[in-house]
Amino acid sequence: MTATEHRPHTPPEIGGLGHSRKRVEDARFIEGRGNYVDDIELPGMLHMAIHRSPVAHARILSIDTSEAEAVEGVVAVVTGEFLAGYNLAWMPTLSGDTQAVLATDKVRFQGQEVAAVIATDRYVAEDAARMIHVDYEELEPIVNPQRSLEDDAPLIRDDKEDVESNLCYEWDSGDKDGTDAAFAGADKIVTLQTHYPRSHPSPLETCGVVADVNPATSQATIYMTSQAPHAHRTVFALVAGLPEQNIRIVSPDIGGGFGNKVPVYPGYVVATAASLVIGKPVKWMETRTENLISTGFARDYYMKGELAVSNEGKILGLRVDMLSDQGAFYADAQPTKFRAGLFHIVTGSYDYPVAHVATRGAYTNKAPGGVAYRCSFRVTEASYLIERLVQNAAYELGMDPAEFRLKNFIQPDQFPYHSPTGFVYDSGDYEAALRKAMGMVGYDQIQAEKEQARKEGKLVGIGIASFTEVVGAGHGEDYDILGLKMFDSAELRVHPTGKAILKLGVRSQGQGHETTFAQIVAEELGIPADDIKIVEGDTDNTPYGLGTYASRSTPVAGAATAVISRKLREKGKKIAAHLLEASEEDLTWDNGKFHVAGDPESAVTIQDVAFAAYTNPPPGLEPGLEGVHYYDPPNMTYPFGSYIVVVDVDPESGQWKVRRMVAVDDCGVKINPMIVEGQIHGGLAEGYAMSSMQYITFDESGNCIGSNFMDYLIPTAWETPRFELGETVTPSPHHPFGAKGVGESATVGSPAAYVNAVIDALQHLGVTNIDMPVSPDRVWAAMEKANSG
Amino acid sequence: MNITLTVNGGEHTADVEPRRLLVDFLRSTVGLKGTHIGCDTTSCGVCTVLVDGTPVKSCTMFAVQANGRSITTVEGLKQNGDLSAIQKAFKEEHGLQCGFCTPAMMLVGTALIEENPDPSEDQIRWAISGNLCRCTGYINIVKAIMAAAETTREGASS
Ligand code: FES
Ligand code: FES
Repeated sequence: MTATEHRPHTPPEIGGLGHSRKRVEDARFIEGRGNYVDDIELPGMLHMAIHRSPVAHARILSIDTSEAEAVEGVVAVVTGEFLAGYNLAWMPTLSGDTQAVLATDKVRFQGQEVAAVIATDRYVAEDAARMIHVDYEELEPIVNPQRSLEDDAPLIRDDKEDVESNLCYEWDSGDKDGTDAAFAGADKIVTLQTHYPRSHPSPLETCGVVADVNPATSQATIYMTSQAPHAHRTVFALVAGLPEQNIRIVSPDIGGGFGNKVPVYPGYVVATAASLVIGKPVKWMETRTENLISTGFARDYYMKGELAVSNEGKILGLRVDMLSDQGAFYADAQPTKFRAGLFHIVTGSYDYPVAHVATRGAYTNKAPGGVAYRCSFRVTEASYLIERLVQNAAYELGMDPAEFRLKNFIQPDQFPYHSPTGFVYDSGDYEAALRKAMGMVGYDQIQAEKEQARKEGKLVGIGIASFTEVVGAGHGEDYDILGLKMFDSAELRVHPTGKAILKLGVRSQGQGHETTFAQIVAEELGIPADDIKIVEGDTDNTPYGLGTYASRSTPVAGAATAVISRKLREKGKKIAAHLLEASEEDLTWDNGKFHVAGDPESAVTIQDVAFAAYTNPPPGLEPGLEGVHYYDPPNMTYPFGSYIVVVDVDPESGQWKVRRMVAVDDCGVKINPMIVEGQIHGGLAEGYAMSSMQYITFDESGNCIGSNFMDYLIPTAWETPRFELGETVTPSPHHPFGAKGVGESATVGSPAAYVNAVIDALQHLGVTNIDMPVSPDRVWAAMEKANSG
Repeated sequence: MNITLTVNGGEHTADVEPRRLLVDFLRSTVGLKGTHIGCDTTSCGVCTVLVDGTPVKSCTMFAVQANGRSITTVEGLKQNGDLSAIQKAFKEEHGLQCGFCTPAMMLVGTALIEENPDPSEDQIRWAISGNLCRCTGYINIVKAIMAAAETTREGASS
């Protein structure tokens, strides 16, 4: 399918797809009346603080809690030994590994949870947490996966039976022999070795929980920062052995997620256990330092990519070897079958017959997590690698990087495209997106300016990334998390007055679901979006779903919403036929009205139909206008785009500044263009952050260096570039209304564009790689090395 | 220690521990939850309030230091029951997504416009550079402050 134009079908009063409807949720946020977890106060609520390990790897010899227990206001001190009495010292991770809730045997990363204090006041809890004394016997800390896999490396997971090495997983995809053969016959092999550094999503709201367990009824109400409340309820039921119907997870307003709020963290479990034992609500809110050192890191992939090419500039095959640093517990949030997530999408936007992707992961003494930070299960690392590699291949062949891409793109008539690692791309027009971006940036002219600047001793670089994503998991046959199939759901009720309520299994964290999902119903049922209320984030009141991450909401829950709306429309048709005393086959649907074909005067509105559904249903038809749909997508969706960045690099200091950032995205049919643009802005800023400054690093003892916002740098408005957006629209052929999902495209696509631009400015000096973050000192060092070599 | 301060025009007297941060005082004692907490190193700015009209990170000030001062939080932005120009502009220009940084951003914008009714884009970016946002890439926040400045100027001249 090729790029099309898309215009709204509904008038603004209805506000269906394609309208830049202003956000409904803003009303509470602009008055400071959001309801985030930390805003929740319950009568008698206690506060929890966690005592964490100061060292990265050590055996616990003893824990002395007596001083902490004696502090006035302290109600309880919880240790792993105590939890072990309830069989709660360990919990399952989303990857089917186990993770210590509170350490009993060893600590395996700096910042690991060792004990918790419950007190009447947060300040008191924090004081007392510092009065817990732990004796450690220190062990060698392992701070990189290369060391971890050496024969003499100490075993990190000696808690697990039958484990003899620190190898966490090994997984491969594609055709090894075919790929090796393609490489043997290639004119040139282009190699890139690079590290996608450890990063952290760092939403501005940290993670937290208020656990409220009523010991009399054993009803547990758990308010938590959760991107996946239903899945979390199931995990709680499994971990704590509580009956699932007695657990209610409420995920109130979330102050940004970006993957950070997908896993279940020890703090949630400890607070819940404490509430159960004490019989009072317990609140735990992470400090920022706790958030950065212990929860949901992302990336940390060491990647070697090789591209086999012909002298004419055709790609013949791709070979990738990747080693990931998993931290102390394998806690990646990802589909069970794919041990390195969807990293094998690394073949990207290009057409070649063979590829082989070998992946391994190693345990290290670092925080666990492996969340997909604003990313669909590792597509970010994959996209980065192929886009950097393609750029370098163009240089080696003496070709323009845009021309090299255009020569190798998958063509529009090749869709559905079967990729060498087993994906079936739904639709795309990669050339249209790149040509549009080139037009916007004035590609030829800027290339000429670059040459001219070079003659004047200035460094200008142009970087391109033409990325392809894979989002919206499942279908359920191949995609599950802990066995839960990756469907999602929508429950819609149209009330007698024609106003509707839609309940979802997903959970917005700023994406604006209350606005956009109403637009889907408006499009399908003709009910004005303003008349539709959206409910999500409460497991007692919404249908089961896997949650919001990996850009799933629109592709999966959005599809469920469209399908249930259509089902209700079908039922509405029967009611309309009854009201009009006509036969169903003679009725035509037109934006909220049924009328007899050829006679638009004799119409009934969807509101009339809704009223009749409760007051005058046709004989034999079930009353009401309500239903639920569980949508298992037939395939994933494949958003794409082309980004072009122009940078000026200061030859003296290595500082670089973005002169232009042009982003052309294709996310299929848009629900709300304003919200799509906002999401792209945010993603481009985070991509800039990763490429330029944002990373979590460790010293050789395993001390986390990026443990606060003074060291873990997040760009402010001052540094953040200004973006120019463009679009093409290539609908997804299998999604009910052609949408693909967009929340992560820009974080996936943009880092390679920024880095390619800096490399482009320096490549005539012989620089082919600088690992992210491409900080001025690294640029400067690369220039020095090139000049001296 | 006994302190008295004005919050959004109303007086509050309380006995507070000297070490209690202003942000905790506002959230817990006064019960205004619109002022948020996002870090422990004075870096993120989501706790920003106006102290006698000047933006201050309320996690960096003890409640006792605010004794006798006048504080404005996001809950004090509405004027006579109407949304202020900046509140309207944030909604109109899509200046927020998760909303966590928004109260602080609006307060900083309000103070800026008060001081400089016609700020340039660079002046706005500089003014909010003590406030992080993870969702918006700042573009629409800048636009919203720009738009609010314009309506405020129009309001003043009409
Ligand atoms: S909470 Fe981050 S600056 Fe105050
Ligand atoms: S809107 Fe989410 S942090 Fe600014």
